[in-house]
Amino acid sequence: MNYDKILLEHGGGGLLSNELIAEKFLPHFNNAYLERLEDSAVLTIGSRKFCFTTDSYVVSPIFFPGGNIGSLAVHGTVNDLSVCGGKPLYLSAGFILEEGFPVDSLDKIIKAMAEAAADAGVKIVTGDTKVVSRGAVDGIFINTSGIGIVEYPGTLSIKSIQSGDAIILNGTIGDHGAAIMKARENLGLVADILSDSAPLNDLIASILKASPNIHCMRDATRGGLGAILAEIAKSAKVRIDISEHSIPVQENVRGICEILGLDPLFLANEGKMVLFCPAADAHIVLSAMKNHKYGKNAAVIGSVGNIDKGRVVLKTIIGGERIVDLPTGELVPRIC
Amino acid sequence: MKYIDEYRDPALVAGLLKKISKVSDALASPVTIMEICGSHTYAIGHFGIRKLFPANINLISGPGCPVCVTSSRDVDIALYLASQENTIFATFGDMLRVPGTNSDSLQKRRAAGADVRVVSSADECIELSQSNPQKEVIMMGIGFETTAPTIAATVEHCRKKGIKNFSVFSVHKIVPPALCALIADPLLNIDGFLCPGHVSTMIGSDAYKMITQADRAAAITGFEPVDIMEGIWMILSQIESGKKEIAIQYSRGVRPEGNIRAMNFLKSMFQMATVEWRGLGPIPASGLVFNNTYAAFDALKKFDIPEIHSVEIKGCGCGDILRGIKAPQDCPLFKKACTPMNPIGPCMVSSEGTCSTHYKYY
Repeated sequence: MNYDKILLEHGGGGLLSNELIAEKFLPHFNNAYLERLEDSAVLTIGSRKFCFTTDSYVVSPIFFPGGNIGSLAVHGTVNDLSVCGGKPLYLSAGFILEEGFPVDSLDKIIKAMAEAAADAGVKIVTGDTKVVSRGAVDGIFINTSGIGIVEYPGTLSIKSIQSGDAIILNGTIGDHGAAIMKARENLGLVADILSDSAPLNDLIASILKASPNIHCMRDATRGGLGAILAEIAKSAKVRIDISEHSIPVQENVRGICEILGLDPLFLANEGKMVLFCPAADAHIVLSAMKNHKYGKNAAVIGSVGNIDKGRVVLKTIIGGERIVDLPTGELVPRIC
Repeated sequence: MKYIDEYRDPALVAGLLKKISKVSDALASPVTIMEICGSHTYAIGHFGIRKLFPANINLISGPGCPVCVTSSRDVDIALYLASQENTIFATFGDMLRVPGTNSDSLQKRRAAGADVRVVSSADECIELSQSNPQKEVIMMGIGFETTAPTIAATVEHCRKKGIKNFSVFSVHKIVPPALCALIADPLLNIDGFLCPGHVSTMIGSDAYKMITQADRAAAITGFEPVDIMEGIWMILSQIESGKKEIAIQYSRGVRPEGNIRAMNFLKSMFQMATVEWRGLGPIPASGLVFNNTYAAFDALKKFDIPEIHSVEIKGCGCGDILRGIKAPQDCPLFKKACTPMNPIGPCMVSSEGTCSTHYKYY
């Protein structure tokens, strides 16, 4: 690492985040579970398989169109468990509160967490609260960890991805990132953009029921769809081809991206997942997704090519080609 | 999306490509076309346009990324200003990672405690100045004729409102003198120029007479795929027919005389000075510095800038790349020591930078 101080970009989900994990955390914590660097660790205890994950939420603003830090903290962890094939069961919740934080805001956040947990069918079974002096955090930070049980017979992992796999996305990209941008910046834009923050466990359960052949699933959060695909291509050492034409983006999100010079491919999502399955299964998986409220706009967006150094090649809307790589530079910090 | 999709219509693009192929087949020798503007460089990469062209059309990138042509010394002065006590240094996001001497940057200064704020518009500085009366808000004034009037408008607003804790470090540059330098460069032989649409809404097509005087082709072009394709076709047609002119493809924004009001406004606030362009060196009458009427808003006058010993980055090819005499792939540092994660030169930093575009999209 070429830095003697942590930069905001180290938390952006792009190249610098990966470098921080690879060079600072992994060498000390390394073990067979962690080194897979999937969204959850899949652990075998006795004869059962469990998945376990943790995530901290520092989103600013804490209330945004379509959710708040509380509902986000439940959805994010539920989704990290679900994409590893787990049925999420139990969550923990750790709160770091700033001295002076309004109790009625806390009430709203806790209520949203409880509703999100009930909606996702999980229980918040343990927790912790710390209060720090004014200025030591920005209002409220929340950490949630989660545990789920894995019953899917297949191995859901980047390592399972094969040449010829179809790549399917469950809906429009960039909604969360655009909603946060709009809520945060005084842009004077009138477009109404809601975050897509949602629990994906029920959608994923119906996908796994529809096909026993799913190879890999990821939720496309920080860094957006582009970063997730670039990471997968590099890790699986395959070429990934996607088509801009087939990737759904809402008109209002496109609008905000055009004005601000952002690429929806790299905007965060909180209710979107991308999956890899054999092309022969794409049809049944797609219809299972389209029948679910969180998969109505699902689409096959591309396919996995041959062994490669790990490139994502996007066919542009006009028929040209460009590479999609891990984002660098300041994206939109504190989106989750 | 209305007014966007029309300019990205695959059928229109295909039609223009056919016309381009037809003219290029008739060309006696390969042609070199320079896109002057960083936004064109970005759009060409982003939409994957380059590969669609016939092989005898060589597109090269020019010096039209304002961040990239900012000299090391100007970056060092920005770093100095940002590190002064009781200041807020406001900048567009692209400038944050541009390396000065010893690879220092605003991003690193911010991590070390300097109050550096990324703004998307200069007028955000008005609110910053008013809510921080005990601090001096310094805006990095960067950009060509398109951006300069917006910053000038903020300065004028602050003057009228009596806001005194705001100043601008102006490294604004203007495009025509750089074009003269490129045309005069003996190492360059550019057949046609793809001229910047947005800058031209300000300066007008009349400002480009030096191009036709030097018997080169030109088209002022918008930033969507159909715009760029049509612009290229216009340039090729001029080369084929031998009749050179400043064609206006971007007719929805550009008039021959430009935006006279905005240009007069700039003239009332700034005077022209010889300034250093990275890659091109010092160019006479190419920089905008505050005149005496607005001296109170000039950060260079408000702060005592010490002698700064700036060092150009060793081995970095940005200078030659900005002149169009080298492609990023010709630079020994490209994709090796110099990556977007660890940029050595400015062309790897800005989203409009030639190296960044080549790294990202090719």
